[in-house]
Amino acid sequence: MTEPTHSGQPADSSPAENLTHPNSQALPQLARRGFLSGVLASGAVAAGTAASLVSNPVQAAGPAKPSVLPPSAKGALAETGVPPDLGHAPGAGMPGSDFMVDVIKSLDIKYLPSNCASSFRALHESLIDYGGNTKPEFLTCMHEESAVAMGHGYFKACGKPLLTLCHGTVGLQHASMAIYNAWCDRVPVIVVGGNDLDAAYRPPGVPTFHAAQDINAMVRDYTKWDDTPVSLQHFSQSFVRAYKIAMTPPYGPVAISLDAALQMAPVHLHEGKMPYIPKYIPTSPPQGDSGAVKEAAKMLVQANNPVIVVDRAARTPEGVALLVQLAELLQAKVIDQGSRMNFPKTHYLSAPATAIANADVIIGMELSDFWATVNAYTDNNSNDGHGTNASRIKPQTKLISINSVDLNTKSNYQDFQRFQVVDVQMAADAQTTLPSLIEAVRSALPNDKKDAIAKRGELQRKTYEEDRIRTRTAAALGWNESPISTARLVMETFAAVKNEDWALVASEGNVSNWPVRLWPMEKHHQWLGRSGGYGVGYGAPASVGAALANRDLGRFSVSIQSDGDLMFAPGVLWTAAKHKIPLLSVMHNNRGYHQEVMHIQRLANFRNRKVNLDGDMGPVGTSIENPDIQYHELAKSMGWWAKGPIKDPAQLASALKEAVAVVKSGHPALLNVWTQPR
Amino acid sequence: MKNNSINSYFNKLVLIAIMALISSHAMAQAPQASADKGKQAYVKNGCWGCHGFVGQGGIAGPKLAPETKPIEYFQAFVRYTNGPMPPYSEKILSNQDLTDIHAYLKSIPKGPDYKTLPLLN
Repeated sequence: MTEPTHSGQPADSSPAENLTHPNSQALPQLARRGFLSGVLASGAVAAGTAASLVSNPVQAAGPAKPSVLPPSAKGALAETGVPPDLGHAPGAGMPGSDFMVDVIKSLDIKYLPSNCASSFRALHESLIDYGGNTKPEFLTCMHEESAVAMGHGYFKACGKPLLTLCHGTVGLQHASMAIYNAWCDRVPVIVVGGNDLDAAYRPPGVPTFHAAQDINAMVRDYTKWDDTPVSLQHFSQSFVRAYKIAMTPPYGPVAISLDAALQMAPVHLHEGKMPYIPKYIPTSPPQGDSGAVKEAAKMLVQANNPVIVVDRAARTPEGVALLVQLAELLQAKVIDQGSRMNFPKTHYLSAPATAIANADVIIGMELSDFWATVNAYTDNNSNDGHGTNASRIKPQTKLISINSVDLNTKSNYQDFQRFQVVDVQMAADAQTTLPSLIEAVRSALPNDKKDAIAKRGELQRKTYEEDRIRTRTAAALGWNESPISTARLVMETFAAVKNEDWALVASEGNVSNWPVRLWPMEKHHQWLGRSGGYGVGYGAPASVGAALANRDLGRFSVSIQSDGDLMFAPGVLWTAAKHKIPLLSVMHNNRGYHQEVMHIQRLANFRNRKVNLDGDMGPVGTSIENPDIQYHELAKSMGWWAKGPIKDPAQLASALKEAVAVVKSGHPALLNVWTQPR
Repeated sequence: MKNNSINSYFNKLVLIAIMALISSHAMAQAPQASADKGKQAYVKNGCWGCHGFVGQGGIAGPKLAPETKPIEYFQAFVRYTNGPMPPYSEKILSNQDLTDIHAYLKSIPKGPDYKTLPLLN
């Protein structure tokens, strides 16, 4: 046994042996450095002859000296040569990261938004050189949080997941909030993190700070699955498994930790064969138990006032059509909580949240918070500061739940909310269950109920019209004011895009829900919902990701962009310009974190203290003013067409017209609009 | 839930009683109201955060103008509300500021009818 030196290396080992990775022992005499030398040598062989290799001055003279001269043709070939076939079998000797690219390509992933880093340099190189930088195409990002959020928005726009690469500890730490948002919003994102796992071979300095023994631990509580493959065969299985798990409802993010050495090592043949790539076969989503479906149908048809509440029920356009079928069959009001475009806003059965008050049966589908659907909470300092709870429904109201998240609950992060007792609970995917529920309702409908059901519908048509008038009357208040009212902002924007195949890809900051109250949303892609976890900084990158998907689908993307959200990681503006992603970003610039303004005011009032503004409009720490941020200049500096600040509502229409023309020409455009707070 | 209903009913009774008290008190000592000063006080005290700069309201707070509630109701609500809006004591918001704010809200002209706005039709 050789005694180790202070450097941790055996005292009698040569430098070349020190760098030999255990995994490479399967290929005799192919230490890692030896392998790389072989790559250079055989590249030269491929380009010329054995004689030319012998005469290669670089090889003959030992390590190359720095030079300001351009490389010779031979030198360039040696630098850029294709890794060799080592002669064992087809594919043997190819870099492991090339094989990884083959695995990734098997899943038809179109884009890879990422911030470059050393821990996945081998895969990066393989993606752009071996893989041709297509499917996936590498998109340059300036923050891992932006990269994951782009994947988040992309999926909601087109239903396909993206892959992102994160660098070691720090990259995954940057990405973690966006991963949490994706988890809470039930969105699949494939996160692959580079990691120098083997401490004995880990490069010293920076890579050591950026490595961890169980790096996925930091996101394990809010990913559906994670793995650390230790061989290429393991990688191909893990990657396809991760994709499959992420894409099975309830969807969710997954993480693969990718050892840097595994990327670098050549393919290790197993019994003379290349590692195989498993075929991806989608898993069928879980459907509600037939007995529970029948019981739910029975309750719904017997109800005098059934109400349907949906949050993430429609995963696809088919989900919207199924919900319309169920609602019309029952003539039941539908409350869309808006995490997706579940139900057409123009349908007379579309109803506000208050519609549950007189319900006798409520069916909730894919709700993130059933308790808060049927209970109210008032932050009024009662009960030792805990606030007041009150029921929002009648005491005998029956509750039914269909929720796939019941199948995927974790302990630490309690996004499942307060416990709510329900009468029929199905741990199942709502959209998958809807066809059988519709059939069960149709079968259970008694003939003597049909007149009453039709009358219920007629009454709702009248209520719907009254609600529309009330909403429009409220929207007209403050219409001509400066700063511009949020209703005016939203409707001027709609007027500018209504003739396009528009998609409102995000609406961050609080604009009093005017888009979902006023825009005639009918198609699934016209509204993508919110962040899921309320992690601020989602809006800008998710909009860019969704706009990327919509660009390829020929849709027009528009986003209501708040000031606070944008400033978490504004570098994503550059990514949009760099990759020519057309997006109309209309800013709701209310110059503050208004969600927080009232929290501080409320606490100050409860404690009978005058709140400290210190010269700003809001309490200290809640304003974004003095100085005002020139968002239009920020966007221009990163390659966007931009205009502002627009404070006069009369100037908004013409500015929007210009911006829409820019977006239609294939570029991003931003309007910095000064708005009322909410 | 029953308790909450009782509480809610009790709260309303209390508010009515307070309004009556304030009404008699206000008649005796009504401060002179200034809409201009009220506008400043409205901004300085953060009312705009939930109700908008012209009291138009929004998702965070109801509209305050036009059709502003009577001063007695307004004062009672601001001082003793137990809902999402926190109560404002006299230490935080003086009687003078409160009266001026009310005058400001009353001075806000009625905006356009939505039927006359093409974007809302």
